[in-house]
Amino acid sequence: MSEILVDINKMHFQRGGRVIYDSISMQVKKGGITAVMGPSGIGKTTLLKLIGGQLYPDSGEVLFQGENIHQMSRKRLYDVRRKMSMLFQSGALFTNISVFDNVAFPLREHTKLSEDVIETIVLLKLEAVGLRGAAHLMPNELSGGMARRAALARAIALDPDMILYDEPFAGQDPISMGVLLKLIKELNSALGLTSIVVTHDVKEVLTIADYAYILADKRIIGAGTPEEIRNSSSELVQQFLQGNADGPVPFHFPASSIQDAFMGAEL
Amino acid sequence: MNWLINLGANTLSRLSAIGNASLMLWGGLFAVPRLKNIPLIIQQVYVVGVQSLLIIIVSGLFIGMVMALQGYTILVNYGAEGSLGPMVALSLLRELGPVVTALLFAGRAGSALTAEIGLMKATEQLSSLEMMAVDPLRRIIAPRFWAGVISMPLLALIFSAVGILGGHLVGVDWLGVDSGSYWSIMQSTVDWDKDVINGVIKSIVFALVVVWIALYKGYDAIPTSEGISKATTETVVFSSLAILGIDFVLTALMFGIN
Repeated sequence: MSEILVDINKMHFQRGGRVIYDSISMQVKKGGITAVMGPSGIGKTTLLKLIGGQLYPDSGEVLFQGENIHQMSRKRLYDVRRKMSMLFQSGALFTNISVFDNVAFPLREHTKLSEDVIETIVLLKLEAVGLRGAAHLMPNELSGGMARRAALARAIALDPDMILYDEPFAGQDPISMGVLLKLIKELNSALGLTSIVVTHDVKEVLTIADYAYILADKRIIGAGTPEEIRNSSSELVQQFLQGNADGPVPFHFPASSIQDAFMGAEL
Repeated sequence: MNWLINLGANTLSRLSAIGNASLMLWGGLFAVPRLKNIPLIIQQVYVVGVQSLLIIIVSGLFIGMVMALQGYTILVNYGAEGSLGPMVALSLLRELGPVVTALLFAGRAGSALTAEIGLMKATEQLSSLEMMAVDPLRRIIAPRFWAGVISMPLLALIFSAVGILGGHLVGVDWLGVDSGSYWSIMQSTVDWDKDVINGVIKSIVFALVVVWIALYKGYDAIPTSEGISKATTETVVFSSLAILGIDFVLTALMFGIN
């Protein structure tokens, strides 16, 4: 339980001249559910892409099982990616093939299993997310929540060690949110996974997380178990948890003062 | 000094775009040997090639017919209407076949490729392929690239063949040119290497350029609806200009210098 699977060390990342992360460090323990929370637009998806090796940090390192993701050869990176899966916010199902073929896709790409075995595996994975009956449907026939569950079945098709969830609850009704929470929790313990859940749905994710980080203003403003987070004395953390409109995170996007703006000063 | 900074920034971004496009082409070219990809290529040949047949055949037919009509009205003044066959055949094989096919292909298949790849990017399908340890260049880009390069020369030949038949329909069946002279003078004038093969070479070059532009524009599109619409437009505009420019260069190389 205490082994570290992902270790981010003093990572600095900027894009288009804007600093997204200023020397952040975090550790993800093996076998647990780690929540990464933060306001929208803070670059939470970027964090997952950095962990998955799709983006490169400007300095600092990201270790996966002790190996630096960003110094691997392309071949090694692709080998490592078979051990991790990512659930995209949109689901990112391939729209031209059925749900069944979507889940079968990684199996057909990476294994030499016979079609019979693949069919069994796919139906089992779909059963796990409750969509065995939807195997023949096309992605555009699914609701948002179902699409995410189908994508989850695809993400676990190759039995990865780790799943990265990108905003799994965004835009979900309470029922599908409950379903997704249950699935993340159950899959994590049943398959012995490690999960990183990036989200701004604080209350929901804190019910299943083992450890949580809160990102804001380019750095980590709070970290700890859900209990510690809830009892945090930091104003910033409390603003985030309570959802206050104004506070340390200002309501206004940085701008010159309104008096200057209306007096003709340069914006 | 601002203009100097802008000039530098623009040049750099253009150069890096060319570099990225070349890297993508490299990835596409070197993804050939995989046997696994062959069914994907065949599927794409169907999408970009077979599904373009209708527009190619109809356009070829009408262009052949119009050429015969125009050619006849001029040639008949000199009593040379017997040369209608080679005139139609040579114009089609050397120029109109490859060029018009490429222009139609850019509008019909190129724009579709850009929109498809751009939407795959916008809906994170390309990212998800990468996270599944599947290289999108091999899985998505390469099959489409090769399908385009295979399809376009075949479409150009079909275009020319249908055009010649259209010319026959108007010239021989309607305007009364002798059928024997239409075919026999064509046969003795048209040279296999000089005319047919050169036309096919042109077509292959156009295919490389059009598919490359279409795929790169999609791959590089800003993943929003506006970005994809811009990328699709640029595919058609850039491809068309490239086709016409390259056609002049190729024609000069092939036919201009004796």
